[in-house]
Amino acid sequence: MKEQNPHIILKTEDLSIGYASKKAKTVVASQVNVELKKGELIGLIGANGIGKSTLLRTLTHVQKPLSGTVFINEKSILDYNPLDLAKVLSLVLTEKIASKNLSVFELIALGRQPYTNWVGNLSEQDKNIVNQAILQTNIEDLQHKKCFELSDGQLQKVMIARALAQDTDLIILDEPTSHLDMYHKAYILKLLQRLAKETGKTILFSSHEIDLAIQLCDTLIVMNAGTVVSDQPCKLIEQGVFETLFPKDLIAFDKNTGSFRVKK
Amino acid sequence: MNKTYTYSFLALALTLVLCFFVNISLGSVSIPLKAVFNSLLNSNVEQQSWQHIILNYRLPKAITAIIVGSGLGISGLLMQTLFRNPLAGPFVLGISSGASLGVALVILGSGVFGGVLASLFVSKWGIVIAASLGSFLVLLAVLMVSIRVRDTMAILIIGLMFASITAAIVSVLSYFGSAEQLQQYVFWGFGSLGNLSWSDLTIFLIIYVLGILASLCSIKSLNTLLLGENYAKSLGLNIKKSRLIIIIATSLLAGTITAFTGPIAFIGLAIPHLTRQIFNTSNHKILLPAVFLLGGIVMLVCDSIAQLPNSDYTLPINAITALIGAPVVIWLLVRKRGMVF
Repeated sequence: MKEQNPHIILKTEDLSIGYASKKAKTVVASQVNVELKKGELIGLIGANGIGKSTLLRTLTHVQKPLSGTVFINEKSILDYNPLDLAKVLSLVLTEKIASKNLSVFELIALGRQPYTNWVGNLSEQDKNIVNQAILQTNIEDLQHKKCFELSDGQLQKVMIARALAQDTDLIILDEPTSHLDMYHKAYILKLLQRLAKETGKTILFSSHEIDLAIQLCDTLIVMNAGTVVSDQPCKLIEQGVFETLFPKDLIAFDKNTGSFRVKK
Repeated sequence: MNKTYTYSFLALALTLVLCFFVNISLGSVSIPLKAVFNSLLNSNVEQQSWQHIILNYRLPKAITAIIVGSGLGISGLLMQTLFRNPLAGPFVLGISSGASLGVALVILGSGVFGGVLASLFVSKWGIVIAASLGSFLVLLAVLMVSIRVRDTMAILIIGLMFASITAAIVSVLSYFGSAEQLQQYVFWGFGSLGNLSWSDLTIFLIIYVLGILASLCSIKSLNTLLLGENYAKSLGLNIKKSRLIIIIATSLLAGTITAFTGPIAFIGLAIPHLTRQIFNTSNHKILLPAVFLLGGIVMLVCDSIAQLPNSDYTLPINAITALIGAPVVIWLLVRKRGMVF
């Protein structure tokens, strides 16, 4: 699916993120200007403690920006009521779900909550969307299992299916590849890439898998002490952004392979 | 709802009806089964006293048993989901200890007021009002804290702290109380289903229905909360409002039940777990009616046992529920892999 005129789903304007208390203001990053287009897979990378989570929390309206605005579909995130926001933005978080006694189908069906009636009954259309999400993530064989029976990798696929069932333009995932083995890391990110292409959804994830993100993402947002740059991965390599990501004493970025090497 | 659930529901509903009639036909006075049905249908009964016993004593008691069992079970279910804790029950928020404090103040502190005022306070309604006020005030305190505190686990601990404080005040009061007053207080603590007249029952029923309605309105938010609070928020759920409705539903149910029948142990904790074992689901649309049926059944059975049929003795209902409830919880833990919710 090719978009003639790539529609911008999420846009930030002079966003400044951080924490404000009565006494002091801690700025994590300022002048954040990013645009996420329809059908793109976007990776958010940066060292530990650089503020990836703070940025994601601000973009998802969990915390307020210090200044600037986040627009989703050209409407300020502040103007959405919680239910309308749930219809344009779905999340996959790092935290564990509270009840593992849910079946996979029930869990994914909870993604339909913003659309169901007061008691949460699923209409035929809701069921179709849930089944479609199950097909898109290849978890047909898991759907009658209970969540406590799943491995970490399987559970992550289920959580992605739940976000798909929420039927939003934008899906944001917080470190979807942590706790997974090398194969499943690649599998999940590859799945996200395919979903972005097939469904036309915009998918933003934070990750420490820089090698994989360079290979798979349409756009990368790189956070570096106080500055935030976003562009296509190859252009960022040319600009030498990755060399400045970490202290230079231990690892070095290899431009030709697009990956980090341990210094010998 | 699929077929297996329909059969389970039919079986439970039939069992509830059966237990209801068994409960009514058993008691200290032996009444033939035919006379029991005739009294209920208001046709000719051989002895007037039999009909009087059935209609004015056993029938309200059986209805009370269903209200108590289902109400405590449902409030336990709400608390376990809200606090994401399988050990939560209606009493962790300090509802029972608040009621105990109110009753202790009235019974044990009545000496301070003296004379006519004391006898007024120690009447049945005095105790009901004191218990309601006590549980309501403790809950109000917990609610005020819950508005300021975001963390549900913190609310759970604060509820437990309130329970300790009230328990401490009750011990101090009982240290200074007379033997007679102490005995009266202990008797309230045994719990009793049999002291309600039809007019008491009407008020009881109205508040109970309000609590049930609030629980029904919470079904969707309860299911969303199974994902955890952050996911629930990302699905557009207003956490604070939902939490408030759930806590109000619990306090209406558990608060009035404790006020009218005394603190009744283990039902609120055990019934939701028992129900989950039978239905093997976390969906509250299934669990809520199932807990209602099972709670009613268990309470009717407990009450039938507590009567010691055909004898003049009645055992304290609180002892029977604990004797049945505690082994059930232990059995569940041993048989399955722990308590899930």
